[in-house]
Amino acid sequence: MGRYETVIGLEIHVELQTASKLFCGCSARFGSEPNTNCCPVCLGLPGSLPVFNRRAIELAVTAALALNSEVQDKSRFDRKNYFYPDLPKAYQVSQYDQPLAKGGFLEFRDENKSRLVNLERVHLEEEAGKLIHAGESILDAEYSLVDYNRAGIPLLEIVTKPDLRSGSEARLFLENLRLLLLYAGISDCKMEEGSLRCDANISLRLTGSQELGTKAEVKNMNSFKAVEAALNYEAVRQEKILNAGGKVDQETCHWNEETKETIPLRGKEGSSDYRYFPEPDLLPLVIDKSLINKLTALLPESPLQRYQRLQEQYGLAESEVQLFIENRELGDYFESAAKKYSNYHNLANWVQGDLLFQLRECGCRLDQLLPDHLVEILDLLDSGEINRPVAKELLAESLRAGSSPRDLVAKKNLGRIADRDQLLPLVNQVIAENPEAVENFMLGKDKAIAFLVGKVMALSGGRADPGELNQLFRELLKKKNGCEANGTS
Amino acid sequence: MDRNFSEEVAHVSRLARLELGQDEKEQMAGQLQSILGIAKKIQELDTSGVEPTSHVINLPAVLRDDEVRPSLPVEQVLQNSPKRNKDYFQVPRITAVD
Repeated sequence: MGRYETVIGLEIHVELQTASKLFCGCSARFGSEPNTNCCPVCLGLPGSLPVFNRRAIELAVTAALALNSEVQDKSRFDRKNYFYPDLPKAYQVSQYDQPLAKGGFLEFRDENKSRLVNLERVHLEEEAGKLIHAGESILDAEYSLVDYNRAGIPLLEIVTKPDLRSGSEARLFLENLRLLLLYAGISDCKMEEGSLRCDANISLRLTGSQELGTKAEVKNMNSFKAVEAALNYEAVRQEKILNAGGKVDQETCHWNEETKETIPLRGKEGSSDYRYFPEPDLLPLVIDKSLINKLTALLPESPLQRYQRLQEQYGLAESEVQLFIENRELGDYFESAAKKYSNYHNLANWVQGDLLFQLRECGCRLDQLLPDHLVEILDLLDSGEINRPVAKELLAESLRAGSSPRDLVAKKNLGRIADRDQLLPLVNQVIAENPEAVENFMLGKDKAIAFLVGKVMALSGGRADPGELNQLFRELLKKKNGCEANGTS
Repeated sequence: MDRNFSEEVAHVSRLARLELGQDEKEQMAGQLQSILGIAKKIQELDTSGVEPTSHVINLPAVLRDDEVRPSLPVEQVLQNSPKRNKDYFQVPRITAVD
């Protein structure tokens, strides 16, 4: 154990999946032309008044419930005052001392162990506008451009307790939080589009100590990988300062993705005197018991619940379950096929192996192959009607054509050939063309059979019955051997 | 003039991005002193057990359905912008130069 322990708390912001903004009817869509989704309310024009979006409230409450956070009967909105060009009103409507929900936790699996990270609070606020800096970065921009389309989109803030101990743990937590929010339909959680963002507080303390050290706040981390890298970098930076007998300054830093280092932001950027006061234009938000009951009943299965269920119900391996949790669509696909095919292990193999491979090969979507069609292929394979290479080909073909594998087998004549009369000409051809292999077999090299069988398989387009071929070759060659032996004696 | 109040005025005016002249600073310090004096007087009252009043109407917030309504035409959105650059608001550099 090291001399210091790293202590990390995260602040996560996610944009809620609503059609309209939090306080007005402007579209909340991503990627519109600049400043086309704006109105007097989200531009902060005088005389305009905000009205809550019911869906945003319901999504926020659902998120709080999914995070085991205690939804408050009554919560209040406050103005957080600061000047920044992305904030048209010069204040952000947020929640201060009476948040939507208090406490909570997220439980997830860390390899074979269960891990629990406690939460401080969950609250609702409005999103700010988007700045585009003219120049390499904010630091050397001559000027900036502002798009207020994003201003006023409902934003959920989730604050953890300082429960995380490393960059990799922070990343793992975020990956699991993202899955939970995706499963619950809260947000699309796209870090690249900014609908999920994360800031981190990090400090070091002597191992064993309960007191918190001076923290630095790290911002501008644009991927989970960046969060991990930034926190690892910052932990090392702070450790060096402490080891040299220095003191860590309480400051805000920017993660620089190019140079892979944290850069302190000076002066006003870091100062926080937000002069919160109650938002007079919004009455307190009252969440009654009936809404909580209704939303609790509607809560979908969480990733952790699904994990446990997939393991129990299908007896799948850890790695397979993990894949089906992370790729929910693929998991749904597996479960849908599993209704009609009971060799779950084989099914999981095909889904994560050949199916994924073929999807990548042809750039197809999962919904282009019905789960029933995959089951049909596996049934054809299990009953010996087709060979494995044909099954793979059939998978690719059904995916592209969208037609039933059984029909394709009939139409394209892909069924297995086990009929000796059909196989014999091919076998004879191969024997004639490969005297060396034939001789090797005669000399007792049994492996040569596999080579010859492979040749016929290729000639038959993978359709010949390999078992039958094997037998046929042995019989013919034995006979031949017998003749030759007789001839030479 | 109380030194504390002139510091307070400097702090508050900086947060509010207000540039005050010397006479204004003194005037504000006097007014701030008297406003805070009143607040201090009120704080002498025992308000334990009284819930702070944040709103004078005792009603919960009203909710609307999540429906998209037409926004303003972009020309109107930008008509009051101090500086326009295509369909964006253009603002001066944000971070201070060294």
